[in-house]
Amino acid sequence: MKKKKGNEVKTQAVGRNRRNFLKVSGLALAGSGLLLASCDNDDDAGYMNPNGIFDLGSGDVGVLNYAYALEQLEAAFYTSVLDGSYWAGADAEEKAILEDLYNHEVNHRDWFRAAIGANVTNPAQRLPDNLEFDFSSVDFSSRTSVLQTAMALEDTGVGAYNGAGIYIQTPLYLTLAGKIVSVEARHAAAIRSIMNPDGDFKAFAGDDIVTVDTGLDVAYTPEKVFENAGPFIVTPFTYKNPMGS
Amino acid sequence: MNIIKFLDEFTTDKLQQPMSSRREMFGQLGSISKKAAMLAVPFGLATVSNKAHAQESGDVAGIFNLALTLEYLEAEFYMKALDSGVLGSSGKAREIYEQISQHEDAHVAFLRQALTNAGATPVESPTFDFTAGGSFDPFNENGSGQDTAYAQLLALAQAFEDTGVRAYKGQAANLIGQGGLLTAALQIHSVEARHASEIRRLRGLEGWITGDQRGAGMPDATQAVYNGEENVNQGGVDVTTLGTSDPFSFESSTQAYDEPMNGDTARTIASLFIAS
Repeated sequence: MKKKKGNEVKTQAVGRNRRNFLKVSGLALAGSGLLLASCDNDDDAGYMNPNGIFDLGSGDVGVLNYAYALEQLEAAFYTSVLDGSYWAGADAEEKAILEDLYNHEVNHRDWFRAAIGANVTNPAQRLPDNLEFDFSSVDFSSRTSVLQTAMALEDTGVGAYNGAGIYIQTPLYLTLAGKIVSVEARHAAAIRSIMNPDGDFKAFAGDDIVTVDTGLDVAYTPEKVFENAGPFIVTPFTYKNPMGS
Repeated sequence: MNIIKFLDEFTTDKLQQPMSSRREMFGQLGSISKKAAMLAVPFGLATVSNKAHAQESGDVAGIFNLALTLEYLEAEFYMKALDSGVLGSSGKAREIYEQISQHEDAHVAFLRQALTNAGATPVESPTFDFTAGGSFDPFNENGSGQDTAYAQLLALAQAFEDTGVRAYKGQAANLIGQGGLLTAALQIHSVEARHASEIRRLRGLEGWITGDQRGAGMPDATQAVYNGEENVNQGGVDVTTLGTSDPFSFESSTQAYDEPMNGDTARTIASLFIAS
């Protein structure tokens, strides 16, 4: 790696075991889980930190790794849902919806694995395939717990893709992200709809998620995404904020 | 697309048909060959030239004015739907339409402002004819009766929303480098997808699109909205070959990815409802 003085980009840590990373790195810690480090601004690919912790990278590779992490999370979540007692006893509609979501997310996950494998030539820059997750905070026998977590993950997914679009440089990647994000939004609406809080028939695109004045959906920074999704992620990795190159 | 054929078929098709079960719908689909060639197939993502991109890239005014035209169509459609009496004065369908209407109105205002801020002139709204020359009566203005009007109101909403999702998606790559304008387009795109999911489910369908199926109760003529949705090749990989279980069936593999639509197709579909 070139040693070049570039603009400072924040490198932040994700994963329950990130403290190991922080401990090993010996770098200054500013706030909980936030690590400041100086990085080369023109380094647009993922790489291993000196202590072996994976970094998502930036630019197209960074977004691919970022999305792959989230799709691994969603696929793992719905795998647990389908193994749980709520799903086993759910009504036909909810059962079918959750099974579809499982199918879609597993497909997305494996597509990212294939895409990254085929397009990121340096294996060291590919996010590991088997991130570890911890869903102990979710009660898979509880309809409310499962659906609320599903809603949070789907809405977070929508916000993640919407927010990451500007970091994508290759047109076809952006189109592919678009193909996936609208399906995540369809999921989010369906989950919100079947939750139907207090008979609120507007929840599928409620005022809590679509800004009233502009009609715009959420667009999240990686920081916000990992604030939502981070508690489920055990395997530590770091990301650059901003993710652009 | 042949507009005359579209209109003819939309006129004659029954708008309400019994919903066939999911299994029945899928039963006719043949087995999909699974070539275990995934690893051998290069994605070639970086080498694919995008002619549409080259053609329209950076034409922010053109892209946003197309979007604005589609939003005018949707905004007026939902406003008239709410005023028509077809949805009644309360209930689930009305509340869903109210929420969508609020978003489409906001999209019109947002896009007009964005165009103005970019130094471009927002197009004015065309005059719409949601009967498409007398083929429909979604607002029950011509005596078709509440049931028929309601079915048409929902079918048109599904067609408009699923078109909107595809149209925004088709333009996203042309907005690379436009920063906040790209983000805003993506933020509208996913709202259209939320709408589409809910309208589809209100009609008794799934929120996602299987193959190129327009879904039970949708007239043949709306097929143009769904053509191409059967694609399983994502970035050079046939996703049905990624595995062998349910997630990689043809059905799941097409549901999991929405397909883009180019500007000309979107314009053609919208033009059916533009009187002048």
